[in-house]
Amino acid sequence: MREKELEKLKDYKYGFTTDIENIKAPKGLNKEVIQFISNIKKEPKWMLEWRMKAFNRLQNLKEPDWQKPKYPKINYQDLYYYSAPKSFKNKPKNLDDLDPKLLETYNKLGIPLQEQKRLNNIAVDAVFDSVSVATTFKEKLNEKGIIFCSISEAIQKHSNLVKKYLGSVIPLTDHYFATLNSAVFTDGSFVYVPKNIRCPMELSTYFRINASDTGQFERTLIIADEGSYVSYLEGCTAPMRDENQLHAANVELIALDDAEIKYSTVQNWYPGDKDGKGGIYNFVTKRGACRGKNSKISWTQVETGSAITWKYPSCILQGDNSVGEFYSIAITNNYQKADTGTKMIHLGKNTKSKIISKGISAGKADNTYRGLVDINSKAFNSRNYTQCDSLLIGNKCGAHTIPYIKNKNSSANIEHEATTSKISDEQLFYCNQRGLNQEEAVSLIVNGFCKEVLQQLPMEFAVEAQKLVGISLEGSVG
Amino acid sequence: MLKINNLSAKVEKKQILNSFNLEIKSGEVHAIMGPNGSGKSTLANILSGKKGYEISGNVNYQNKDLFKLGIEERAHKGLFLAFQYPLEIPGVNTSNFLKTSLNAIRKSNGKKELDALEFLKLVKSKATELKIDEKILNRQLNVGFSGGEKKKNEILQMSLFEPKMIILDETDSGLDIDALKIVANGVNNLRNKERSFLIITHYQRLLDYIKPDFVHILMDGKIIKTGCSELALELEKAGYEKI
Ligand SMILES: Nc1ncnc2c1ncn2[C@@H]1O[C@H](COP(=O)(O)OP(=O)(O)O)[C@@H](O)[C@H]1O
Ligand SMILES: [Mg+2]
Repeated sequence: MREKELEKLKDYKYGFTTDIENIKAPKGLNKEVIQFISNIKKEPKWMLEWRMKAFNRLQNLKEPDWQKPKYPKINYQDLYYYSAPKSFKNKPKNLDDLDPKLLETYNKLGIPLQEQKRLNNIAVDAVFDSVSVATTFKEKLNEKGIIFCSISEAIQKHSNLVKKYLGSVIPLTDHYFATLNSAVFTDGSFVYVPKNIRCPMELSTYFRINASDTGQFERTLIIADEGSYVSYLEGCTAPMRDENQLHAANVELIALDDAEIKYSTVQNWYPGDKDGKGGIYNFVTKRGACRGKNSKISWTQVETGSAITWKYPSCILQGDNSVGEFYSIAITNNYQKADTGTKMIHLGKNTKSKIISKGISAGKADNTYRGLVDINSKAFNSRNYTQCDSLLIGNKCGAHTIPYIKNKNSSANIEHEATTSKISDEQLFYCNQRGLNQEEAVSLIVNGFCKEVLQQLPMEFAVEAQKLVGISLEGSVG
Repeated sequence: MLKINNLSAKVEKKQILNSFNLEIKSGEVHAIMGPNGSGKSTLANILSGKKGYEISGNVNYQNKDLFKLGIEERAHKGLFLAFQYPLEIPGVNTSNFLKTSLNAIRKSNGKKELDALEFLKLVKSKATELKIDEKILNRQLNVGFSGGEKKKNEILQMSLFEPKMIILDETDSGLDIDALKIVANGVNNLRNKERSFLIITHYQRLLDYIKPDFVHILMDGKIIKTGCSELALELEKAGYEKI
């Protein structure tokens, strides 16, 4: 590795590249490539047709451009849409057959896949570029009837479930990136929790981008059947490159009567260097449907990475008495940009939603909260509480809050609070005088600022997330 | 311990300290009195390393050039400032702040960091000793604290960190008599041969409880008179103009 890269690795320790032989689809976005993806995944015919429908639709769609962070035009014909380690031509049946380089990669990332080293009580699905390389604890979950596998495997083995629910929350035709994803998605996770089962462990997916010039098109589908509960967490990292890479995911959640899904994200994609070169474009569509009565979906996100983060994890509150929650920390430093928030669509009676957003901006970064609370005419007695807080570090960054409210029912109760504050030099001086250096001081203040959200994370990840919050702001003062 | 030589300081072309000289030896307690705006807080700030002043002169601290040390390094080496106006830091739990700070100082001195339980035991015993209500530990740092609570929190931190050179900047201002005793107790408990104090105050009152070795009067950026504790009484009667 060149010295310069080593130097940079100090700032982003996940920035290494795994040197591995890949199979790639030919460059470009066309029917042949989609056929290639579908073939290599041994998909049933309906799936290919579904993809083609999306592709055809895509021809009439335009990329949206209303977002605050602008980016240079992406040449979609100049990307690879599929890249997988060569050893995956036939997916290894068990971990012993897995390429040691992959095992090592995940060890380095702190996600050991081997039996003996596995994290206790956390099942992991590991997605490397376009394929899921391993899923742990599958058998143990199986005993309870819980399905946790890659979406590719689910398409083959649990076709009925996938067919019924895929695209039921994010329609094929939704918007440019969602439709693009529907045409070319490669891998992601699938979860089904049967009736009245409480999933006994945390489920998690770890997304890794490795290959260059490659887009990652994740697709995840989680179904919680009546009376069930599941907590799911995703983590993401990528190598440091001077080019921008696209991660365009679609995540759909479905909660039936009395079911609850807790979905947490710790997003730490490569953010680009100090001068804003490189980094991931994280353009993601995440949507959950509280389809049944008394159901609940809770999104928690800690967004620290990516050059641009553009996403609005949303809840469609269809079932009466259903509950949607959104807890967010978005940190932007250097030249990073974020335009993120949520949509809470209240359709059923007595539906409740809660939005807690903490935006932190440092360096020359720009951070926008954008959210929609939409109360339908039939959503009697629904409530929303929104709190958006922004914290600025330094004078060159920006923070914006854009809350939209559409209310068609007079019995609704909507509350909105917003604050903007700054870490003052006096506060830092006080902390320094007590023996804390700049980094420790900023980390302490910022962690205090976003405590409410950090508390929502599963315990196993909260400590890691706290550290990440501190690390991603290193060098932001002084 | 601390030797200040010809210290001058300007802010925005305004001369605040003007060839200020002072030596504080180990175990000594010095009081500085002076009218509003005479530069007392500026002196405390410069000694702790606050930026934004145009400085000349030099300060020797424990045989080192103080100005070569960063703010937190000075703190690690035992310099402590009880702020005239302690800062509010929303969201940050007081107990957590105290623990993080104490451990940063311990770590830099090669001492073992305290775990949550050890810390809690220590901080509770200090609070009890000083008769400080431990409820402040679970609140956000100084947020919504009364003036008295803020000052007590400074004294609690002082007792926890056991610094070597302690500067109190008008810690007594605005305190009722009970709180004043808490502050004085905190100081007297720590007073020993290896530790020095620089007590900045407005009123003679505090010096009824803490007997200083020297009293200095600061005016126009320099010490115009030095005496023993009687000087403070004299000053109280006569006012600054007469002196
Ligand atoms: N940052 C600053 N900018 C401008 N003037 C200042 C600044 N800091 C202090 N001063 C001025 O310097 C003088 C001394 O201030 P200070 O040290 O706070 O006095 P004291 O603590 O003795 O009341 C005052 O006139 C004050 O207004
Ligand atoms: Mg003052």
